[in-house]
Amino acid sequence: MIRVVLPPHLRTLAQVKGEVQLDVPGQVTRTSVLDALEARYPMLRGTIRDHGTAQRRPFLRFFACERDLTHDPPDAPLPDAVAAGAEPFLVIGAIAGG
Amino acid sequence: MSGVRVLVGTRKGAFILAGDGKRKQWNVSGPHFAGWEIYHMKGSPADPNRLYASQTSGWFGQIIQRSCDGGKTWETPGGVLEKTPEGFPKGESNKFVYDASPETGKPLTTHQWYDGTQHPWEFKRVWHLEPSLTDPDAVYAGVEDAALFRSSDGGKTWQELAGLRGHGTGPKWQPGAGGMCLHTILLDPANPRRMYVAISAAGAFRTDDGGKTWKPINRGLHSQYIPDPNAEVGHCVHRIALHRSRPNVLFMQKHWDVLRSDDAGDSWREVSGNLPTDFGFVVDVHAHEPETIYVVPIKSDSEHYVPDGKLRVYRSRSGGTEWEALTQGLPQRDCYVNVLRDAMAVDSLEPCGVYFGTSGGQVYASADAGDSWAPIVRDLPAVLSVEVQTLP
Repeated sequence: MIRVVLPPHLRTLAQVKGEVQLDVPGQVTRTSVLDALEARYPMLRGTIRDHGTAQRRPFLRFFACERDLTHDPPDAPLPDAVAAGAEPFLVIGAIAGG
Repeated sequence: MSGVRVLVGTRKGAFILAGDGKRKQWNVSGPHFAGWEIYHMKGSPADPNRLYASQTSGWFGQIIQRSCDGGKTWETPGGVLEKTPEGFPKGESNKFVYDASPETGKPLTTHQWYDGTQHPWEFKRVWHLEPSLTDPDAVYAGVEDAALFRSSDGGKTWQELAGLRGHGTGPKWQPGAGGMCLHTILLDPANPRRMYVAISAAGAFRTDDGGKTWKPINRGLHSQYIPDPNAEVGHCVHRIALHRSRPNVLFMQKHWDVLRSDDAGDSWREVSGNLPTDFGFVVDVHAHEPETIYVVPIKSDSEHYVPDGKLRVYRSRSGGTEWEALTQGLPQRDCYVNVLRDAMAVDSLEPCGVYFGTSGGQVYASADAGDSWAPIVRDLPAVLSVEVQTLP
């Protein structure tokens, strides 16, 4: 199972507590993880990626294994530890505003 | 016993203020959607338990929320898990996509940017939700970048009424300081095919065919920043209002100037009269007296607070030009708040109740048509919108 940590506002919106665990078929990439996340929680569509372009929303970033993966290609494989469920994939809200 | 429900959108969540028929006792619930900007909430005239809310965030984008029990519980109508016949989950989840299909006429792809160049339309948020007068599942959304959407399935899916952007003047529309937003939607209670919208900074528009085609209705508006005195569009209209008994008469608070039209917007004349300043955002009409109107003058376009440190609502009983300051119960010294364009509403009790919210987080109510005021709450986050429902 793939582990995903959402920012607090999205946990509230999706009505989940703690980590989300997802069954991701095929290669584990940012795209496949977010596809699985949005399929399980349709209310999250458009909140992480733009509805039309699937581009990352500007104030969100993606971390895993103490690395910033935000600018990696969306279809690049995520670290093995994420694919194995040992480490979570983190969706982070950038620090901005008040 | 009748009562009222005041729906308050703020920078950091939504609040519902439930009042008794005398509008003396209040119960405050919230924050709902804590931490999110709630640009607007409004109830369906056809079913007072059906509420819609625009929940938005610079981080996470646009969410539409819907309540079917008067705000006790909420759901994201486009985000509920459903199964297709093939077993795949689906969900629309608040998807606002500009219509670019050739069948709709002339969908525009650009508007004027701050530097005078053309810029593509980019969806940012929903500023205003206007439920149908007759169908709880039908609701209009005014969005930034300016366009009008409609849902006929309770907010689950949205379709743009592309004739508004497509009617020809779009390249001359431009964003104001708050963005290029469609913030006002007025439904004509006597003519279901007629509605009005207002856009900053484009102006007011009217449709007479249910939203298929639109015309600018800005004759008589004069704006310092537009060199052409007869400019058809480009005006920063802040708000328009009408009385349901007389929908051909419109009142407008423009960036500067308060105006009225007696011919459904075909022409306008200024009625600022003796106001201390005619800059402002809100304008509203008394529920039972169609010539009694309210504004809150703001010092200037560069100083968005009330003049002289005094919070004063101005009332005209003659449809404009002659105004009286309403001050009883409102702070008359050291007050520097603003009242935004969607932050005033009236109830339909007798006497008429008037409500407004401030950038300082106060929501004031008057149970006597403005003669006296009292705060319902004093310390909310900055108020973006106030609507009121009169409950049976």
